[in-house]
Amino acid sequence: MPPLARRNLFHDRIRLAVTLTGIAFSVVLMVVQWGLFEGFSSSTTGIIDHSHADLWIAAKNTTYLEQAIPFNERKYYQVLATPGVGHAIKYIVRWSYWKEPNGHTETIAVVGCDPDSFMGGPYNLVAGDAQQLKQPNAIIIDRMYANKLDAHAIGDMVEVNGFRAKVVGFTDGIRAFTTSPYVFTTFKRALDFTVIDDDQTNFILVKAAPGVDIGQLKAELQRRLPDNVVFKTAEFSASTRHYWMFTTGAGIAVLMAAALGLIVGIAVVAQTIYATTMDHIREYGTLKAMGAPNRYVLGVIMQQAAIAAVLGYAIGMAVSVFVVHGASKGGANILLSWQTAIGLFFLTLGMCASAAVVSVKKILSLDPATVFKS
Amino acid sequence: MADAITIRGITKNYDEGATSTLALDGVDLSVRRGEVTLLMGPSGSGKTTLLSIMGCILRPTCGQVLLGGRDVTALREADLPAVRLRHIGFVFQGFNLFPTLTASENVELTLGLKGVKGHQAKDEARRLFTLVGIAEKYDAFPADISGGQKQRVAIARAVAGSPEVILADEPTAALDSHTGKTIVEMMAALAHDEDRAVVIVTHDNRLIEYADRIVRLEDGRIACDA
Repeated sequence: MPPLARRNLFHDRIRLAVTLTGIAFSVVLMVVQWGLFEGFSSSTTGIIDHSHADLWIAAKNTTYLEQAIPFNERKYYQVLATPGVGHAIKYIVRWSYWKEPNGHTETIAVVGCDPDSFMGGPYNLVAGDAQQLKQPNAIIIDRMYANKLDAHAIGDMVEVNGFRAKVVGFTDGIRAFTTSPYVFTTFKRALDFTVIDDDQTNFILVKAAPGVDIGQLKAELQRRLPDNVVFKTAEFSASTRHYWMFTTGAGIAVLMAAALGLIVGIAVVAQTIYATTMDHIREYGTLKAMGAPNRYVLGVIMQQAAIAAVLGYAIGMAVSVFVVHGASKGGANILLSWQTAIGLFFLTLGMCASAAVVSVKKILSLDPATVFKS
Repeated sequence: MADAITIRGITKNYDEGATSTLALDGVDLSVRRGEVTLLMGPSGSGKTTLLSIMGCILRPTCGQVLLGGRDVTALREADLPAVRLRHIGFVFQGFNLFPTLTASENVELTLGLKGVKGHQAKDEARRLFTLVGIAEKYDAFPADISGGQKQRVAIARAVAGSPEVILADEPTAALDSHTGKTIVEMMAALAHDEDRAVVIVTHDNRLIEYADRIVRLEDGRIACDA
């Protein structure tokens, strides 16, 4: 069969260019906004997701990482005494203040961990290692925040909450959702940096013993610690992500922008496909008069939408890769995963198909007798 | 000669709000294979409405249409496109070719809808182009050929798949007299040489000499059938 859909689409090059520009623009907008959402989302929970813990124990009513209030460390010993617990550490994530050599101060989030534990330590290390935290006053920061914190090299001395601190390592890509960078140190030093009493902690991270059912261990710990809340790591991650993305409105804003991209795409494609349909309406009437079944005529319309979707997506995705790459150099955290790319491909197809609905309705209601009206 | 289309007591009303217009009023007519039938009459006499009903494009308000002896008025709306595709070829005043397809692709499209595809369709399109005398325009786009050549392509498209009935609506109206004459001669040949029923709606009295039969309509009734 002659390629009627392709010919109709490519016949008017200017209209095709407008269509593809609209789709590509829509794709870029969706990639950027969804990528921002994913970037924000992952940065809220990076510490939790990389903790290697099975369970997180926090003070009752804690719903997100930065909210945890300190509780007595005797709970830690109760945890250690619970059957099924393989390993547990005390852990701190809490706001504090960073003072640069020039006197300028920044808010930071101190992460107090056990350098000898496989749980909760700094990850993605590009200079130094977690064991260096055992040195006096040692801290590890992310190199992304080196300029912000004015600490550029191992050995740089700064001040955290009035205490001397020395940079002993750098991580890469540990973003903070807020403007306060994470600063890793030992649990004991973190107590000083965050003004928490020596007999307190604000988290306990638990690794279950091999073969122990995590759900059952969680229930047992919750029974033994009624004044605390016990999360599976994935639950705490989801709860923290939900708080920052939806309770604060940040996530809604970027999701709305992504939806706007989708709506703009639908509007542009619908307009251009409808205009193309109306340009060829007499031909569609002729097809129907000749006896072409509706499914063939509708197939032509949908093929046009699909071709436009594939081309527009390819252009949009190529532009998006440049935008994402450029944005990451500029410090923005836009994630473009292959899952997002595949998902957006089908979303673009769906967008173009739904944009063709108006044209489809027009064709279905088209009276073939109109071909006899000269 | 066998009846290709038989119309019995056809009435057609166009209802628009409270107004009802009677376009055809109890028309009886049989169109035979091997004949050129001209449908003539003043504007508004019901010619095009009758042609549309004969072509199964429009349903009558009442009456019966038999196509090859089969009552098509009893068929469901969804079944009519298949009937048109198989039994009827259309030629339009404005040619109605697809401008984005080449002349041959216009014909191949119709053949494709009828299930003839690939090399078979290309070969058949070539044969039809030779039949209508424009073999050299096989790969031309409609915009690059004359009005007469466009109508020849339209005729090739109408006869693609060998329908027994060709219905033409003012096929010469957009053509000069010489070209129009050639086109009607070709349509007459299709009726006489290939045993098709050819029905032509026209205002053009110069076509009378090619007609085997002339049906004049006035106010939705057959005023003369000669």
